[in-house]
Amino acid sequence: MNAIILSAIWGVVMMFAGAFIKSTTLPKYLAIAGITLIFIANGIELNSGVSFFRFDAKDMVRMNSFNLTFIAVAMGCTLIYFLLSGRDIEKIGSHVSEYFSLIFFVLCGVALTATFNTLLILFIGIEIISIPLYILTGSDKRNLKSNEAALKYFLMGAFSTGIMLMGIAFIYGGTPNASFYINNIQLGSGEMPVMIAIGLVLLLVSMSFKVSAAPFHFWTPDVYDGAPTVITSFMSTIVKVAGFFAFVRLFENAFGKMQEQWQTLIIFITVATLLIGNITAIFQQSVKRMMAYSSIAQAGFMLLALFALNDRAREGLVLYAAAYSLATIGFFAILIKLNDYTIDGFNGIGKQQPVLAFTGTIFLLSLTGIPLTAGFQSKFFMLVGAVENGNSFWIVIAAVIFAAISAYYYFRIIQSMFFKEAPAEPQSVWDVTRAFKIMLVITAGLIIVLGIYPELILGWLYH
Amino acid sequence: MLGVYFTFPELLMWIPLLAGISCFFIRREKATKHLSLIASLITLIISIASLFYTDEAYKSYNQVSYEWLKQLGNSFYVGLDGTGRLLTFLTAIIFPVVFIATYKNSYKKAHVFYGLMLLTQAGLMGVFTAMDALLFYFFWELALIPVYFLSSIWGGEKRIQATFKFFVYTFLGSLLMLAGIIYVYMNTSPRDFADGFQASHSFALQAFYTAKLTAAEQGWLFWMFFAAFAVKMPVFPLHTWQPDTYDQSPAPVTMVLSGIMVKMGLYGLIRWLIPLFPGATYKYTDTVMILCIVGIIYASCIAIVQDNLKKLAAYSSIAHIGLMCAAIFAMNEVSVQGVMLQMFNHGINITGLWIVIDQIEKKTGVKNISELGGIAARAPVLTILFVIIALANIALPLTNAFAAELLMFSGIYKFNPWYAAISGISIILAAVYTLNMIQKVFYGNINPLTDSVKDISLHVKVILGVLVLIIFIMGIYPQPVIDLTKEAVNVLLLNIK
Repeated sequence: MNAIILSAIWGVVMMFAGAFIKSTTLPKYLAIAGITLIFIANGIELNSGVSFFRFDAKDMVRMNSFNLTFIAVAMGCTLIYFLLSGRDIEKIGSHVSEYFSLIFFVLCGVALTATFNTLLILFIGIEIISIPLYILTGSDKRNLKSNEAALKYFLMGAFSTGIMLMGIAFIYGGTPNASFYINNIQLGSGEMPVMIAIGLVLLLVSMSFKVSAAPFHFWTPDVYDGAPTVITSFMSTIVKVAGFFAFVRLFENAFGKMQEQWQTLIIFITVATLLIGNITAIFQQSVKRMMAYSSIAQAGFMLLALFALNDRAREGLVLYAAAYSLATIGFFAILIKLNDYTIDGFNGIGKQQPVLAFTGTIFLLSLTGIPLTAGFQSKFFMLVGAVENGNSFWIVIAAVIFAAISAYYYFRIIQSMFFKEAPAEPQSVWDVTRAFKIMLVITAGLIIVLGIYPELILGWLYH
Repeated sequence: MLGVYFTFPELLMWIPLLAGISCFFIRREKATKHLSLIASLITLIISIASLFYTDEAYKSYNQVSYEWLKQLGNSFYVGLDGTGRLLTFLTAIIFPVVFIATYKNSYKKAHVFYGLMLLTQAGLMGVFTAMDALLFYFFWELALIPVYFLSSIWGGEKRIQATFKFFVYTFLGSLLMLAGIIYVYMNTSPRDFADGFQASHSFALQAFYTAKLTAAEQGWLFWMFFAAFAVKMPVFPLHTWQPDTYDQSPAPVTMVLSGIMVKMGLYGLIRWLIPLFPGATYKYTDTVMILCIVGIIYASCIAIVQDNLKKLAAYSSIAHIGLMCAAIFAMNEVSVQGVMLQMFNHGINITGLWIVIDQIEKKTGVKNISELGGIAARAPVLTILFVIIALANIALPLTNAFAAELLMFSGIYKFNPWYAAISGISIILAAVYTLNMIQKVFYGNINPLTDSVKDISLHVKVILGVLVLIIFIMGIYPQPVIDLTKEAVNVLLLNIK
């Protein structure tokens, strides 16, 4: 409960701070203080079950160590995100504290979607995530691409929200005792009533849209490309993994016992997502766009958790959330510092900015899934989960083949950084501080630590 | 101390690892050069020492297990047995040899270069000692990453494409193996830990050996594992990365690649593939053997028409590895024993060959046979040493490879005389391309390029001399290696019966 309420409160605090604080650097420190507070408060709740806010929520949200661990991962990654890219959030425009405020509202939604126990809270959570994001996407308001992206995102998002609401309505009508509680939907493994089946498919479609799984991914590249890079970093990581966590929790708790009846759909979506994400990423020239497709490809891997629905996959999902978010946030933090977003823009960085190139390599290796990085452990847990499920081993083979393909585009950047000569006029101005470099090294170190010792996160799941 | 705080496998891994990491921070070329040389020599001494403590009584010296990912039934279990000891010993020899032979080479950012080299060594040591499947996979991948960077940064002109091809090939193979490992893991029995914790499945080697798999499952799992090992060896038709990579990589990396890394594939067959899937092995023996034999003949023929010295050595290596792979799949005591012997010998010979090629390239600046000639008149010592190594490479009696190839061929003959006969052609072909090369490069007319060649300096003489000495010792008295690996061979054959 701590994380939900505190992040909402802090969002309001940041909003009012905008009215009173004229400094452009102060909001960042306020935000860092806020996220640290939320992280610690959530940690206290996870560790000893102490909630600062006591009221009867009618079991509409459910706090357990699993959900709280996920919130801890999301908040921890946001903290790192603020520390790494806080300075770049300041540069989006003039309403600095509003940007932070919106991010805190998103975090409130993230915490809600991580703990929901009724379809209503899920809906509210998803909406609280989405609406601030529409604004953030368009926050670079003099930029046409940013405007276009925001409008596109809003229209598509509103549409999928409508579908979700319709799905919820069908399910509400279809459950015998007309309830929003997801545990009441469980019908056992028999034939699925038509109302529930329609509701399930509608929910599947809208959730696939939110996590940009194929074939509902078309908005992703444009929105990620158009949004200010620093916002893309946030959208494609914390928001996305929160969507996945909600996706898996919804389908597990509400429809888990009927898994056999919808597993085929998931297989189709998973393979399509892996295929489209990986193959299209190969052909991108802009690294920012490539990362958008790579995020679709990574979503394909996360969908394996939905395919498997067992302990390993659930552990893997939390681990994946951490590994993927850390690496992507780190990589975007480096990308922002570049003037040229094409792959050639990375040429020769190894010589000019060795720290950036070195940590960037670790982030990319982690995204590829090379051992010793968190990315390997998370992919490994996912694969173990998928094999344990026992159905369709070939989906695992497809996943590893696509993982090998992903090496192609991730390594292209490594090649540019280290093996290619810098252009005749290399980028001369680098907005890179010592603190930023240290933070990058810490993030990279965290990835390695998780790669060797994933229990650091997994240990909390069953605390 | 030993056996309580340290064990041999740990030391073999930690010394290069720590020295490699410190290289990154030292940053001075001379210092890192010396550090890596000293570290590799210490590793060699430890490896030699480990050869004397093979007895069951010294078990605590040779294996150790730490907790790691326990809830999955995994552990950090490293140990030395006959095969592992042989290959760690080979690794321990090759690295100082490489460091000394290329002592005069200078590299940009030498500290990174030597750091990565030592990390490769640590990874290789891990591969040869890992006794848990997940750990094995970990090291298997990790050994690849530093090599990728070494070749891509310090390689020749076309290095980026060549090494990338190499990386993608091996990465795809490894990932298929990973999927296979997970599948086998799901069929293993529960693992009990010392503290009473029970994991539902196990990554332990023994548990993998006893995993319950149906014949059909074994069938396709066999190919998933084989993909990883076949790419590494490489077996025809997955060999296409090799000539380019060998050609483009810097000399020390090529030596490590061809001397040790290809042995990873053979080691994988012996340690993992065959004992894991004995049924499938019997079923597919003929397929694999035919692939190997086609590869042997094909590579030998291409080697004959090769003008590029490095590619010639690469194709000759493909032929040799193909023969070893075929001998493993003949699966009788003689042939597998021959492979054990030849894995070691091939490592020595091919490294010697690359040292000479590196010397020639450095002294003349070219690597094409047609542009060379008459080096013997200018560099007699180099010529003598090289001729011995080359003759060992074609398995002349008295040299080390003779005994090994004899064993392998008689093993293959036992399995199927036709296979032995066809692959036997490769001996003649090897003699053709090797002698042809010697004649054109070292004899014949001196041209302006080779006129200024001076004989090799003392450290190269010494190191080639050492290799030649090993060649002769192993040629006359191969018994120590046979004794070392006898038990491992018997265990392997017992496992598949």
